[in-house]
Amino acid sequence: MSIAKKIQLHEEHIALGAKMAPFAGFEMPVKYSSETEEHHTVRNAVGVFDVSHMGEFFVGGPHALELIQKVSSNDASVLVDGQAQYSCLPNDKGGIVDDLIIYRFHAEKYLLVVNASNIEKDWDWISSQNTMGASLRNASDDYSLFAVQGPKAIEAMQSISPLDLSQIEFYHFAVGEFAGIQDVIISGTGYTGSGGFEIYVKNEDALVVWKSILQAGKEFGIQPIGLAARDSLRLEMGYCLYGNDIDDTTSPIEAGLGWITKFTKDFVNAEALKAEKEAGSKRKLCGFVLEERGIPRHGYEILNEDNEPIGVVTSGTQSPILGKGIGMGYINAPYHKKGTAIKIAIRKKQIPATVQRPPFVTK
Amino acid sequence: MNIPSELKYTKDHEWVKIEGDIATIGITDFAQSELGDIVYVEVETQGEELEEGAVFGSVEAVKTVSDLFMPVAGVVEEVNEALEDSPEIVNEDPYGNGWMVKVKLSGELGEELLDADAYKELIGA
Repeated sequence: MSIAKKIQLHEEHIALGAKMAPFAGFEMPVKYSSETEEHHTVRNAVGVFDVSHMGEFFVGGPHALELIQKVSSNDASVLVDGQAQYSCLPNDKGGIVDDLIIYRFHAEKYLLVVNASNIEKDWDWISSQNTMGASLRNASDDYSLFAVQGPKAIEAMQSISPLDLSQIEFYHFAVGEFAGIQDVIISGTGYTGSGGFEIYVKNEDALVVWKSILQAGKEFGIQPIGLAARDSLRLEMGYCLYGNDIDDTTSPIEAGLGWITKFTKDFVNAEALKAEKEAGSKRKLCGFVLEERGIPRHGYEILNEDNEPIGVVTSGTQSPILGKGIGMGYINAPYHKKGTAIKIAIRKKQIPATVQRPPFVTK
Repeated sequence: MNIPSELKYTKDHEWVKIEGDIATIGITDFAQSELGDIVYVEVETQGEELEEGAVFGSVEAVKTVSDLFMPVAGVVEEVNEALEDSPEIVNEDPYGNGWMVKVKLSGELGEELLDADAYKELIGA
């Protein structure tokens, strides 16, 4: 096991009282105060996450789109300049190399934002598929990424940018001045379901931008938020986490990512995935809510009402908003249907639960 | 890190306070800090006589679940009912209102129990 890498603002987080822990090969802030309070801060006001562990690849040249279309499942040809798209990289064995966001700057410049734990794997995979000669640059070590999330994010950040932030639509982005720094990428994306931005800056500008975000957000109650709250926030929305809910062995179809798997174009393993879609998956990634006290966790068994195993939990937590255990997991047909009564084997108990389609929390 | 000198400790991060033949048991400040926000404490052994080292319950935090071990042998006489509705008391006051069970001692105290200095060394505080 290699030593976890440090993100640019490592010392700054420790000074803010963060509890640091290894995650995806990086020392990351897990929480600053209480993860439950941090969760509510994002739902009710605004919080800022340092997610600089994420990877950034630039794809360029006349063959950029061709490469992206080949390796990704969603149709990137529909993107216009300044638009982003959630997608995944299918492997050639029916599974998923990674999920990612694809940004189009212009016809010959795209940015792929990938999971930290997969940077090397993704780089090798995409490079291996690059038979058309697109230019590829791994800029993961050059960029810091801050997610400013919450209903007050726009209002709180407007004072530090001349751009009209309210004009940046969901899954669109702008490049411009932010916190006095030029060429900052401001993206209307996030992983919380509470709205806001993700801000990409060069490492040398990271400290200035981070401090400006906290300063500008002060009167709106901004707090730094750790990865623990990031996990409970994304789970309340039912967003997949690579390594938990999807991996090299899960197909995008069974993972419920059919909506980003477009058979109107050709891509790696499209034929097999299309056949799977037509035949119907044997199991499906489902959301569920516990009917009694308990917290589902990765690896717990899912049972039917006769206590027979029908699946496995991939993610789970106590929803701070609902005050109930919520989770996701692969459930065999026909138990995957909404409203089905199931049970979760939590240590020595079988806790009743109901299959429910996420998001678990709506605005 | 708060480690009161009048208490005894286990390697599993429980504390125990002995008063006569009654032992009050909880988890340490270090333990609650490592666990993070505690969602509930489950003790279903009330009335049972348990060996030293036996599991008397579990604590579910946002991130993880942990078993609770008996620092001493005895009968679980009382469970802190305040934790039912307000488990966060364990985070806020682990050595006081966040106590978990009271146990009637049924034997000699174990030699495994640590004093405050030894526990401090254990957690590297």
